[in-house]
Amino acid sequence: MEKGLTVRDRFGGASLLTGLNLAMMVAALYLALLWAPTEAEQGNVQRIFYFHVPLAWVSFLAFFVVFVGSLIYLWRRSRWWDALAHASAEIGVVFTTLVLVTGSIWARPIWGVWWTWDPRLTTTTIMWLIYLAYLLVRSYATESSQGARFAAVLGIVGFIDVPLVALAIVWWRTLHPGPIIPQGGVDPSMLFVLFFSLATFTLFYVLLMMGRVRLRLAQDRLEELKYQRMQGD
Amino acid sequence: MENFVYLFAAYSLIWIVLFGYVLSIFWRQRGLERELERLRDKSGQG
Repeated sequence: MEKGLTVRDRFGGASLLTGLNLAMMVAALYLALLWAPTEAEQGNVQRIFYFHVPLAWVSFLAFFVVFVGSLIYLWRRSRWWDALAHASAEIGVVFTTLVLVTGSIWARPIWGVWWTWDPRLTTTTIMWLIYLAYLLVRSYATESSQGARFAAVLGIVGFIDVPLVALAIVWWRTLHPGPIIPQGGVDPSMLFVLFFSLATFTLFYVLLMMGRVRLRLAQDRLEELKYQRMQGD
Repeated sequence: MENFVYLFAAYSLIWIVLFGYVLSIFWRQRGLERELERLRDKSGQG
């Protein structure tokens, strides 16, 4: 029973995948910073794009997993789905923080400002606040099952903002660049670096999820053991 | 050329934050293991 709680294999026997992901990270850095051609208008600062876009993609993916996990948790009341949604929300918040900050750093030399209340930036900030609230609801709930229920509702309702973030550049007039792939005209080597980086960060998300879900389930089990011990005393 | 500072800042920040997050998961796991050991010791004594 307690064997499952001993987290000796910290990332769930995923050492091979972790090694592969590390190698991919190094390759992605090389491709983004040295191999990809320098963009004609923005110069080298455009290279932020190769990590900024994958970070945003992982945020969307993470919040979609929160949505699915929350729905199934409310339906089946399975702790595993709640742990999946919780882990994904935490990872999504970390990645969205990086999206906002790297976007701001990129905006300074290109737009001349650190921040502007542009539709894409505003909807992304709202998305970040929604999932921050999701984590706070869990932390401050007096009962963990109550926190899980409230958070699941927020995880479902809050997901409405995710398509708004994605489509903000299509629906509204915005400073943020539009969707580059449908527009075409992007150098194939630049697209290759982007897709390689997307694959790298997606695998990184999967590995983080494996570690974080395992940790959450172990925390739950420990709380249960403490409770049983208290009942025994 | 002067834009390199922004590129450097963005990439440094990404790695610092991601490394910090991975470390935080690692520390939380270690804390959990220690707590479990304490619980086991208490159970052994009791």
